[in-house]
Amino acid sequence: MTRRLTRRSVLAGTAAIATGSLAVDVKAAPEAQSITPALVEAAKKEGKLSWYTSVDLPVAEKIAKAFEAAYPGVSMKVERSGAEHIFQRIGQEAQSKVSNCDVVNSSDAAHLIIWKRAQMLASYLPEEVAKHFPKEHFDPDGMYASWRVTLSPIAYNTSLVKAEEAPKGFNDLLDARWSGKIVKAHPGYSGTIMTATQQLSRELGWRFLEKLAKQKVMQVQSAADPPKKVTAGERAVMADGTEYMVNLLQSRGEPIAEVYAVEGTPLITGPSAVMASAPNPNAARLFYAWSMTAEAQQLNVEVGALRSVHPLVKDRPERRKLSDIKTLREDAAAVADQADDIKAR
Amino acid sequence: MPARLQVDLSRPVLIAVTALLVVMIVLPMGWLVVYSLSDKQGAPTLGNFVTLFTDPSFVDPLITTLIIAVSVSTICCLVAAPLGWLVARTDMPIRRIVRTLVMASLVTPPFVGAIAWEMLAAPNSGLLNQLWRNLAGMPSDEALLDIYSLPGLIFVIACYTFPYVFILVANALDRMPGELEDASSMLGAKTWQTARLITVPLALPTILAGALVAFLQALNLFGSPAILAIPAGFHTLTTRIWSLFQFPPKPELAAAASLPLLLLTVLLLRGQALALGRRGYAVLGGKYGEPRLVRLGAWRWPAAAAALLVLAMPLFLPYAALFNSAFSRVASRLVTPDTITLHNLRFTFLELSSTMPALKNTFLLATLAATLGALLALLIAYIVARRAIRGHRVLAFLATAPLAIPGIVLGVGLFLAYTRPPLMLYGTLWILLIAFITIELPAAYQQLSSAFHAVHPELEEAGRMLGATRLRTLADITAPLLRSAVIATWCFVFVAVIRELSAAVILFTSETKVLSVLIFDLKESGDVGAIAVLSLAMVGITTVVIAIANRFGGGREAGRLHARAEG
Repeated sequence: MTRRLTRRSVLAGTAAIATGSLAVDVKAAPEAQSITPALVEAAKKEGKLSWYTSVDLPVAEKIAKAFEAAYPGVSMKVERSGAEHIFQRIGQEAQSKVSNCDVVNSSDAAHLIIWKRAQMLASYLPEEVAKHFPKEHFDPDGMYASWRVTLSPIAYNTSLVKAEEAPKGFNDLLDARWSGKIVKAHPGYSGTIMTATQQLSRELGWRFLEKLAKQKVMQVQSAADPPKKVTAGERAVMADGTEYMVNLLQSRGEPIAEVYAVEGTPLITGPSAVMASAPNPNAARLFYAWSMTAEAQQLNVEVGALRSVHPLVKDRPERRKLSDIKTLREDAAAVADQADDIKAR
Repeated sequence: MPARLQVDLSRPVLIAVTALLVVMIVLPMGWLVVYSLSDKQGAPTLGNFVTLFTDPSFVDPLITTLIIAVSVSTICCLVAAPLGWLVARTDMPIRRIVRTLVMASLVTPPFVGAIAWEMLAAPNSGLLNQLWRNLAGMPSDEALLDIYSLPGLIFVIACYTFPYVFILVANALDRMPGELEDASSMLGAKTWQTARLITVPLALPTILAGALVAFLQALNLFGSPAILAIPAGFHTLTTRIWSLFQFPPKPELAAAASLPLLLLTVLLLRGQALALGRRGYAVLGGKYGEPRLVRLGAWRWPAAAAALLVLAMPLFLPYAALFNSAFSRVASRLVTPDTITLHNLRFTFLELSSTMPALKNTFLLATLAATLGALLALLIAYIVARRAIRGHRVLAFLATAPLAIPGIVLGVGLFLAYTRPPLMLYGTLWILLIAFITIELPAAYQQLSSAFHAVHPELEEAGRMLGATRLRTLADITAPLLRSAVIATWCFVFVAVIRELSAAVILFTSETKVLSVLIFDLKESGDVGAIAVLSLAMVGITTVVIAIANRFGGGREAGRLHARAEG
């Protein structure tokens, strides 16, 4: 068993390198992989894996528990931080030749492009992804796939603001009456906000963000935090933050309502990937493949209020369908190039 | 031949201990200097310092930090000196309880205090602001207090710094001879005149030393500014250094920004040594009577009320807020019997997968650091106290040197030194262990060296003369006499490691997370309930260990040891 395990990881390693070098000339599509009993066995032998994610912590822990229940014998450790922190951490660890991360999930799709370029990802295309996911939601070389989708809407506290007085779009937030009443997360911490900021600056211009900054905005770190600040009554309105957190708070009966801005709402995909240097390569592949199944994606929607690109997944009935919301186009490659500039501002 | 053996052993011991201290202190500080003088490609440059003193994003934090340090130190003296006097020299009721409670407030790590004050005085959701709005009938966006501000930050830092000044002042007043005051009153001076003309001048050097301690604390603190200043949109020097490790990391600039902090700390410690050195004239030999207590008369109870009001700031209010959040679903609402929930406890200990590894790492590191640190300090203290080896002065210097290195600066230095061959320690618990031992070594060394000085060499010499070997004498005579000091040192290092944040926040990786970093991480995503639970757990563990230490008679040293345990 040990020997087979070694061969398997060596093979996986070679595959990753080969895909990296082949990508330049041939672009051979990787073969789709199903969850085989051998993979499950090998994963159990490793017994554990570490998942770096930027999804809200309680949501991440619930997903980890569901995976542990599906495959007893493999325990998961969730390492949650802001996507930009995770990016920095993985960079720092790679530089110091430390490999702690098995599966990574970021709310900043640009990170995946950068990691792919740096040949830090393993190629592994789960059958479920190849069969069901829309083409734009997985990498042709099998390096990553959109594990989650969320929006960054505006939201307000319904006991502090009447529905008819709530802002209708981003430009409304510049109104003097919102001065000192807005909370916003930080693009230097949150990948969601990094992506959203890039989209807003493209659509509305930097002038908009500069004016917004003059509104005495309360700055928090994580994109999951503004909805919490709004329900706590700390601020009346959030300029950005994750839609799923808003929905989760709503389902707990908290006084918060989302606004899909007239200008369009930033759409954020959060891809996952298996690291090339994963210390538990089999458990990593097992979790990655499982997390993309209709069953796991449905769980994302139910416990996490995330959106899914899996066509067999049913969205939460109470919220507006993704296709009915005007969204801003995501441009991961542009974020990859502009990230430093956005953080500097 | 015991004598020969001893000569043979002393050299390797000296070399080994010196080498260890070099690895712990000289190497990181050396790399810090090298990096601060290099550009991104590694070529020599002074550009980092030019940036440091011209770029507003560095100059502003520098000025802010100085403002904070000066204000904190002033406030601490203004609060701690009268309170110390009330407790030590007057007949104020409940003065023993007040003294114990002030000491107890030191158990709170400053960053936990900052989080608690956030729950109390965030402009809108803060419990105190809500209370004020209810009482005064103000609209929901008016706030009485705003903790996310420079004054707010100064207040919170002062809350957890004044106990250090208090301990210094109260202890000094305890020791101050009562005769001088008696003489003054016999010569016809009124109570207040005596206080003004005798007590205050005698206490002045101690107050000055206390002011410097407070200044240093405020200067090098990382936790509270990180929690309060960043949402308020400004930086202090320590948070700015930390931010340079965010993406894209700029270690050269971080190294350059660390040096002024290091330099200032060294200078202030010199100043403190001078101020405390002059303390001597207050106790002029001979045996003095118990100091006479000043009668407060009608002011007895108002004084006690004022003391309790002061204690509400670092103790009663923050802990009320932490307990409220720990058992409430939404931290900004007061728990009632109907809304009380164990949800946060369940989440923290059963669902949160980082809790158990972090607790394990913290206990492992604290135990190892306390054991190895106490042993190392014991060895050095022995060598220095008994002048066992030539060159013992170097050891004494190296063992106290880390006192001048702020935690975050040491973190940066260790990161630069051990992310490269030959010692790739980053990502292991070793690097954290080195950091913690280094940070706590001076306090451990000072405590054990004073314990050694209390054991007269005559006792050992008697043992040697009766034919026992050096080791035998140590084991049979010195060790039993030092036992309680060693246990107390062990406990205090243990406690200090559990609370340490500023070096750990630079050096941790996901596999080597400790409790303080976990709390700090949770803070960023706003998981307030889990933070409250973990903070209370941390304080609980700390209290138990301190109680054990106090049983072994190390309580007096608490203040000094804590002075290094900034968050």
